[in-house]
This record gives sequence, C-alpha cells and structure tokens, in this order.
Amino acid sequence: MHGSGISIWFFIGLSLLVNGVLIAGAGIWEWAHPPLNPVVLFHLHANLWWGVVLAAFGALYCYKFVPGRES
Amino acid sequence: MMAAMALFQATRLVHLSPVDVVIIAFYFALVLAIGFYLKSRANTSEDFFMAGREMTAWVAGLSFLSANLGALELMGWAGSAYQYGILATHWYWIGAIPAMLFLALIMMPFYYISKTHSVPGYLKLRFGESSRALSAISFAFMTVLMSGVNMFAMAKVMQIVLGWDINFSIWVSSLTVAVYVALGGLRSAIFNEVLQFFLIWAGALLIPILGLYETGGWGNLKVLITQRASAQYVHLWSGLGSFTTNPMGIHWTGIVFGLGAIISMGYWTTDFLVVQRVLTAKDLRSAEIAPIIGAGFKMLVPFIVILPGLLGLAVLPVKLTAESAVTAGGHSYNDVLPLMLARYCGPGLLGLGITALIAGFMSGMAGNVSAFTTVWTYDIYRALIKKDAPDHHYVNMGRWTTVIGVLISVGTAYLVMQFASIMDYVQALFSFFIAPLFGTVILGMLWKRATGPAGFWGLLCGTLSSISMWAWVKVDPSALRYVALSPNAKALAQDMYQALWSFLVCVTVTVAVSFATKPKSAAELTGLVYGLTEVPSVGDLPLYKKPIFWAAVVIVVLVILNVLLW
Repeated sequence: MHGSGISIWFFIGLSLLVNGVLIAGAGIWEWAHPPLNPVVLFHLHANLWWGVVLAAFGALYCYKFVPGRES
Repeated sequence: MMAAMALFQATRLVHLSPVDVVIIAFYFALVLAIGFYLKSRANTSEDFFMAGREMTAWVAGLSFLSANLGALELMGWAGSAYQYGILATHWYWIGAIPAMLFLALIMMPFYYISKTHSVPGYLKLRFGESSRALSAISFAFMTVLMSGVNMFAMAKVMQIVLGWDINFSIWVSSLTVAVYVALGGLRSAIFNEVLQFFLIWAGALLIPILGLYETGGWGNLKVLITQRASAQYVHLWSGLGSFTTNPMGIHWTGIVFGLGAIISMGYWTTDFLVVQRVLTAKDLRSAEIAPIIGAGFKMLVPFIVILPGLLGLAVLPVKLTAESAVTAGGHSYNDVLPLMLARYCGPGLLGLGITALIAGFMSGMAGNVSAFTTVWTYDIYRALIKKDAPDHHYVNMGRWTTVIGVLISVGTAYLVMQFASIMDYVQALFSFFIAPLFGTVILGMLWKRATGPAGFWGLLCGTLSSISMWAWVKVDPSALRYVALSPNAKALAQDMYQALWSFLVCVTVTVAVSFATKPKSAAELTGLVYGLTEVPSVGDLPLYKKPIFWAAVVIVVLVILNVLLW
C-alpha cells in the first residue's frame, strides 16, 4: 500500500485534517458568537477541542504518508 | 450549495449549518477523487475483483469490520439498546468475536490456500458446480436486493433526520457509489470502507464521552436506567435464565447456540461480503491477523453504538416507541442516535456525524455491489455463460456489472418504497441462507467424508427448512412456541432459533447423503479439507507477532468484559 502511489493513510489524514480544521473553526466562531439555543454541555466547547484533536491526527498522518516520502 | 439546500424540506430532526454542508460535500468529493485516482490501478481482473491481493493486515482488517459497520447497523443497534438494554451488546461480542477468531485461525487457511475468489468458488472446488451455482445465484440475488434496501433505508433516514428529498438521496448516493466502484473496483470500495471506519469513530465517539460526563459516569447511568426502565437493562447474562426475565424474551441457549454458534459463525465466516475483504490480504499471516484486528475493534464498537442507546434511555426527555406506534411529533427507537447527535453536537460536529452515517450507508452499498460484481463475473458469468474470454473482457464485465448492479439496487429501493414490508422479507430471506451455508462450508472444510451431492442437498434442505419455519410463523403466529421455544420470543429471538434448526437440518441431510454416496479421493481433497492439507506456517515469528497470541488476548478481554457486565 506504500511506495507505488498514494497511501490510503494519506487520504485518511487529509480527511481528518480538513474536517478537524472546519470543526475547530466552527467551534471558535460559536465561542465568539454563542447561539440562542446551544447544545447540551455547550460550555465544554466540544467542537473546538475535538476539531483540534482531529486536525492534529490528520496532520500527523498527512506528514507521515505524504506521497513520495518513505514511511 | 444553496441550490442543494433548497432541496431539503422543512420538517427534520436536526438542522445543518453551512459548515456541516461543506463537510458533507468534502466527503463526496474525496470518495470520487479516490475512485478516479484508483482507476489506473484496476486494469487486470485480479486488481479489479481482488484488489491485487496486496492489502496489509490493517487495511484488510479494518475493511472487514467496516463492511459490517454500516449506518443501518449503527442506528438499528443503538435503537435496539434503547429498546432491549445492554443485551444488544451480545450481537457485538459473543455474536461476533468467536466467529471472527474462528475465521482467522481455522477457516482462513483453506480459503487462502485454495486461492479461491469467492465463497461459492470454494464450494465449487469442494462440492462441485451445482453447489456453487445454488450458492452464487442466491447470493447475487440477495446481495443486490440488500443494496437496494440499504439505499432506501438511507434515503428514508436522510428524509427523517435532515428533511432531504428521497429521490435526491437515492440518486446522489447511488451514482457516487457506481462511479467509484466501477472505476477502482474492490480496491476503491476497500479504501472507502477504511475511510468510513475513521469517520464513524471521529463522528460518533463524542456522544458516549459527553453522555457519560452528563450522567456522572457509568455507575450513575445504571441508576438512572434502573429508575426509568429496569435493572435488567444493564445486565448481560443474569436475566437470561428464563424467557420472561429479560427485555428481549430470549433464553441464554438462544444467545449461545443460535447467535454465537450458528448465526455469527455463518455470517462472519461464509458471507462473501465480509470474507472477500480478508481474501485481499497480501499473505497468509496478514489474512489470519486481519480478522483478529477486526475482532479487537469490534469489541469497542458497543461504546459508540450501544452506550448512546443506553444514554438515550437515561437522559432524553421524550419516550421513544416502536416505529408502528410513533405519533405526530414523536420518535421511534431508531431515532435515538440522531437525537443524541443533535443533543451534544453543534455546527461542524453535526456535519461530521451525518457524514459518518452517509459514509456508512454508501460503504454498505459499495460492499454489496462489489461482492455482487465478483460473484456474478466469476461464479455465474465465467462459470456458466462465457468460460474462456481474455482477462480484460472480465474486467469490463465487472465495470458494467457494477453499474447494472447499482441500477437494479435503485429499482429495488423504489420497489421497497412502494411496499414497505418487502424490506422485512428481503432481510429475512438473506438470513435464511447464512446458517445452512455455514453448515455446508464447515462440514466441507472439517469432514473429508462429505460428498458433492451431500453438500448440494444439505444446503438446499437447510435453506428450505428456514424459509418454511419463517412462513409457518407468518401464517400462524402461535407456531412461535415451537420454532423459538417460547410464545414470548421477540423477532430477534425467533431468528436465533430458526438459524439453529436450519443449520441442524443442513448438517443432518449432508451427513445422511454423504453416507449414501461415493466419497471423493484424498488426492481430490488436498488443499480443501482439514487433515488432508498441510497448512503453511506463518513463519518463525516472536510470540507477539503470531495470530494465535493476539486471538488469545482478544478472548481474554472478551471474557473479562462479559464478567464485569454479568
């Protein structure tokens, strides 16, 4: 799965990275503009920290399995 | 984007923000990009139908698990957890783990050594053409119907949860699946299944984490459930001594023998949809390790499926009911997962959760279509219609069969829409075939005296007996006391006993006909039957790299979990 093209893990990393950035961005926006009908446990700002976790994992996978890099 | 959003209707369970729609659109773009990228790597039949047999244990293992981890499964079992309590966990633990390990350690060497392309292909080698034809035609028929049922279920869920138009959901999802499977073949389906695995965990893991935070931990959750339902909703085994002391109306014999020994063994070891994923492994060790990796993660799935159902029972302010009893503004058991998603997940997270559900549905469709394509091309078209065509002819046939399979699925989806009860019938029909097929395959692998005619007649009689029992209960519901041993048995309990009896019919007929017919010679059975086959060693590896070691670890953890939740 490596060496002869783009690894599946790179696609996984890309998906997590993009989704993580979008979710964390939405979390920052919500923190700055609190909604009128917030979700339960809104004060934990789950979308912000979960987005950061996903983006971090995604970035790690993208870096490790980027095409052309020996893993 | 606005044009797409205009298709959504006003009534819905959750409301998506623009960032949620972007996340969903990104998923569709990514799976199509993967399909186009993999087209150049699907030029031979081995590439297209078997993903080049080059998958690592991790990819094959996660794909093996994901093929079963569809959205229908997630939402259905979360609903079952709300309805029956923690008993639903049996379908993930005793109803899956032993069978996955049995496939890894006992059956996979035979599938792998015989270099078969499919389960019907193994039956051809072991029992002859008639057994393969019976099994292949039934499987192809059922698979494409199941794909349509999945498609309709997805469209229905998207209508209820998001207010999307049913036709929009059916055509967008089916065209996407048709494009990426027709282009990249099984490799493309597998890539997307592994992607789906990560999306499901990323999208669903927050629900149990936040739910346990809200309820104050597992101990408090049990107290809340006991207050709102009963103490039996949080015990795995202690209520199974009688049919009347648990929410499901089942006895432990049904769980252990019907579910654990027959249904799960049949599904995980002979349903080509899941076995095909492991057959793509690059070597025998990877093929053995892959189901063990799948089993390890399967043990964790109740955390994102069963626990949200139990949390729903504890914290949701509304009482959920059966689908048939839903009143205006009410919700069914099956809505528990989207309701919990909407409870905790704000913009972005909601989009990821919905994407995980869409990915689950589409992977389910792609899995059915890719398995159908392989069985049609290898076990029906090449075996019965055109035997000696060049390799590229079969690849083209595979691509066209993918498109035609998707179109038949779309037709089935619309058929199901017209006659809702067909969905129940199709799912029941599919289950008819699994238990007897397990009987045929396991006797074929472990008993050298089993003969070709015996394999065919055992499979046929087992299947017919299962259909007959189901029809008997449909016509005369009081027959449940005979088929499921109790008039209190629920549908799931009936399935367990039906599977057990049809397996026994298959085995009995196979044994009886075997003794009445001429056995095959030992030379003909080499490579196909235990005792006549030298199973290659996985090599001189340290203990921690051996499949048997990790299988033992999984079993020990399984036992501990069951004792803790007794």
